[in-house]
Amino acid sequence: MAQVTLRKVVKNYDETPAVRGIDLDIADKEFVVLVGPSGCGKSTTLRMIAGLEEITAGDILIGDQVVNDVPPKDRDIAMVFQNYALYPHMTVYENMSFGLRLKKMPKADIDVRVQSAARILDITELLQRKPKQLSGGQRQRVAMGRAIVRDPKVFLFDEPLSNLDAKLRVQMRTEIKKVHQKVRTTTVYVTHDQVEAMTLADRVVVMNGGNIEQVGAPNDLYHAPATKFVASFIGSPAMNMIPCRLEQAAGALRVRLTDEITFPVPASRTARYQPHLSKSRLLFGLRPEHITEVPRHLEPEQHPFEVTLDVTEPMGQETLVYFTVNGTEICASVNPTAGAQSDARMALAADLSNMHLIDDETGMVL
Amino acid sequence: MTDAAANAAGPSRTIQYGSMSRDRKWALRWSYFFLVLFAIFFLMPPIYMLITSLKTSAEISAATNPWWVFSPTLDNYVALLTQNQFLVFFRNSIVVSVCVVAVSMVISVFAAFALARMRFWGSATLATGVFLTYLIPDTLLFIPLFKMFAFVRDTFGIELMNHWWTMIIVYPTLTVPFCTWIMIGYFASIPKELDEAALIDGATWMQTLFRIFIPVALPGIIAATIFAFTVSWAQFLYPLAFTTSTDQLLLPVGIITTLIKGDVFNWGQIMTGALLGAAPPLIIYAFLMDYYIAGLTAGATKG
Amino acid sequence: MANISESVPVATDSSRSGLHRLMQRKSSIAFLMTLPLILLIGVLVAYPAGYAIYLSMLNKSMVRFVGLGNFEFLMGRDSFWAVVYQSCLFAVTAVIFKAVIGFVVAHFVHNIPAKGQRKWRGMLLVPWVIPPAMSTLAWLWLFDPSYSAFNWILALFGMDPVPWTGDTSWARFSVILVNVWIGAPFFMIMYLAALKSVPEQLYEAAAIDGANWWQRIWYVTLPMMRNIIAITALFSLIVTFANFDIVRVLTAGGPLNGTHVFATWAFRVGIESGDIPLGAAVSLFMVPILAVAAVFILRDINKRGNEA
Repeated sequence: MAQVTLRKVVKNYDETPAVRGIDLDIADKEFVVLVGPSGCGKSTTLRMIAGLEEITAGDILIGDQVVNDVPPKDRDIAMVFQNYALYPHMTVYENMSFGLRLKKMPKADIDVRVQSAARILDITELLQRKPKQLSGGQRQRVAMGRAIVRDPKVFLFDEPLSNLDAKLRVQMRTEIKKVHQKVRTTTVYVTHDQVEAMTLADRVVVMNGGNIEQVGAPNDLYHAPATKFVASFIGSPAMNMIPCRLEQAAGALRVRLTDEITFPVPASRTARYQPHLSKSRLLFGLRPEHITEVPRHLEPEQHPFEVTLDVTEPMGQETLVYFTVNGTEICASVNPTAGAQSDARMALAADLSNMHLIDDETGMVL
Repeated sequence: MTDAAANAAGPSRTIQYGSMSRDRKWALRWSYFFLVLFAIFFLMPPIYMLITSLKTSAEISAATNPWWVFSPTLDNYVALLTQNQFLVFFRNSIVVSVCVVAVSMVISVFAAFALARMRFWGSATLATGVFLTYLIPDTLLFIPLFKMFAFVRDTFGIELMNHWWTMIIVYPTLTVPFCTWIMIGYFASIPKELDEAALIDGATWMQTLFRIFIPVALPGIIAATIFAFTVSWAQFLYPLAFTTSTDQLLLPVGIITTLIKGDVFNWGQIMTGALLGAAPPLIIYAFLMDYYIAGLTAGATKG
Repeated sequence: MANISESVPVATDSSRSGLHRLMQRKSSIAFLMTLPLILLIGVLVAYPAGYAIYLSMLNKSMVRFVGLGNFEFLMGRDSFWAVVYQSCLFAVTAVIFKAVIGFVVAHFVHNIPAKGQRKWRGMLLVPWVIPPAMSTLAWLWLFDPSYSAFNWILALFGMDPVPWTGDTSWARFSVILVNVWIGAPFFMIMYLAALKSVPEQLYEAAAIDGANWWQRIWYVTLPMMRNIIAITALFSLIVTFANFDIVRVLTAGGPLNGTHVFATWAFRVGIESGDIPLGAAVSLFMVPILAVAAVFILRDINKRGNEA
């Protein structure tokens, strides 16, 4: 059993708070990704789990044990660092076996573990090389190998892919997922890249300003963000957010973006949004892929409107078009064959079944 | 110097390229010409040492061309190397330098590790203090030290004056501050993640130092070792002030005080002695030049 | 906060004291590791430095406290002011020449193809590697009044022999020459390292902006190297000002005490003439210059520390 539990964990650097009392339960064998912009406290949280940072207040439990004052080596964790932190003067084999040798494990046992980890990661031929002779991706594998041989209760990854080029990053992402499926060790993974978070995680923890914004499965975060921050952070290109007013119209609700553009709120949401009718600072949120060219047959909640496009960006499988509504730049994703042209009028359809209404004062999604 | 080229360039493109390469060639020739002149200036004294050391006394005092050896001989070398006194100087110098290197490296590596990685109360002040100590010259300290030795003799009955091994105690004041300073620089350049990885791997502070830091910072260790050796080998003031008996002298002082006797200058032997005295640092330099230079520049470019 | 410690009081308490213990242990290990250094600096550097101040306030037999008497005595002596003059002349002239020659030679080395640079650099640094007392002996021999190899060359061109160490002005020139010979290679190495750290693109950008050779040195090279130039010069100023070996071996302060600097004069007075307090007083006159240079160096280093 190796669940990780954080209870009201606080970290202050001198007087500056880095983590402001977070609670988190990570189940055994789970792959959890902490994601957020730089300075959000995600790395600090990871380093507190590792025991590299003191905890100002609160408790961290690994398994059932409170590890607040347990030194890193006795926490039975392994960590993969952003710059890999391979010992430059040791061969790959020595790097991977260093921790075991310090524990005075018998040589034969060490060899079994290193060889099996090397097989998992496909680095058997590299064992006698020095880190300097390895490519970035190979170093990444060795760093993972060093973690695997320890057979720890918890894997900790601190932005392990940020130093790789884009293509390798995608490849290693898959690799990490495969390794996790093989070894099934509880994993806490820190990244600032939301795509990495979405693709790797069983559950994603979105952090901002030392607080947890939302915890959930990748798809839940995407489709049902709890806060404005999560809504804008998850997804690329980002969700459009347009200042709007909520209006009563003959027993139904209506979202008014400008004098010309209004959309009827789906009936299923009327009850939910009714209490917020009077609020002044509301944002209408809709992801680019839910604003498309007008299809031959409109879906029940699709509503057409017409705009003048500013810029078009052909991406191949889709074309991103940008236009301005109410002073806000909006991005929409249209079919490349839809004939979108800069500075031309175009009819688009908004899929209101995927709309979000955000209270800009509290930052909450309603 | 490729520079003079660009602005001297003519209006047409082809001419510009032509003049560029021609100017560059001339700049290169001038560079080599001046480098040769400077090399002559910088290498002349040691070469003249060598020339003189190969001459007989008769040839030295003859009115012939001093820059040429007409009848080369190794007599001066034989005379010095069979002379007990000279060998004693050599041995004293070697023992002192080796001990000073060992003491300096032990003190400075431990201190630098603590100062670079283990923040503790007063560590920043101490690091600055180490650097200030490096700036205090031996010429300021030899008089109080001289007096302190007398005090030690009167109080503890230990005679520090006129013993070559006293230098093992005082030389580290010249070597340790700089060695510590450059080792702090080298240790600080090791990524923090490396000791965190070691910490997670279960290494203690000592294991981190010996199994990670020292091997990784080996170039720095070599540079600091070379520095400590050259400084203690070349030190002149302390042995001159603190030793007098001929069997207690170190090489530089020994050569100057025993070979120069009144007005009778045996220049052949003096130059031979000086050359032999310069040999150990020169040999180390010849083999470990890159480390030597890294150590020299480390003081100002790191830290 | 209050309810946190209520909910898990035991754990919180133990974590506090446990961490405290850990920190204490870490800092005591660190202290033990620096203890030899602290002892060394304390006993053999800081204490003697303070002791020198005390010594300088005693009379010659060291039984009576005379306050600033020794300093007053020195200030009233022409021979002392001659030493002050010569020390400053020696240090300032030598540092300027070392810096200029080092800068020029560094440029020449930087100019030649990279694969030959190592060889030249290696040759040109030799004066710095030889123990100064040993190389000064070679100069002493080159300057020898009867057999000077320089005078032999001058004679070839029909010139009169030069009294290299026999005449006060020439002897002053000679000690500076030897000091420049020993120290210029150090400047060369430092400046060469600094030159290599100037990005090539800056020169290319300057060339495109139409800067000529001098303008490029003035507007690109010098500003980029300013830090290293300053710190090397200050280092060298300290070392040159406190120099002992060269003057001692080459002229022993002569002729007529014309080349004495603080260190050799302090040695003459304190050790050879046995007036330890007066010698200590002489050597203490180096402190103001050293302190000023040290302050500037430290400021520079702290500044860079903050930038990093």
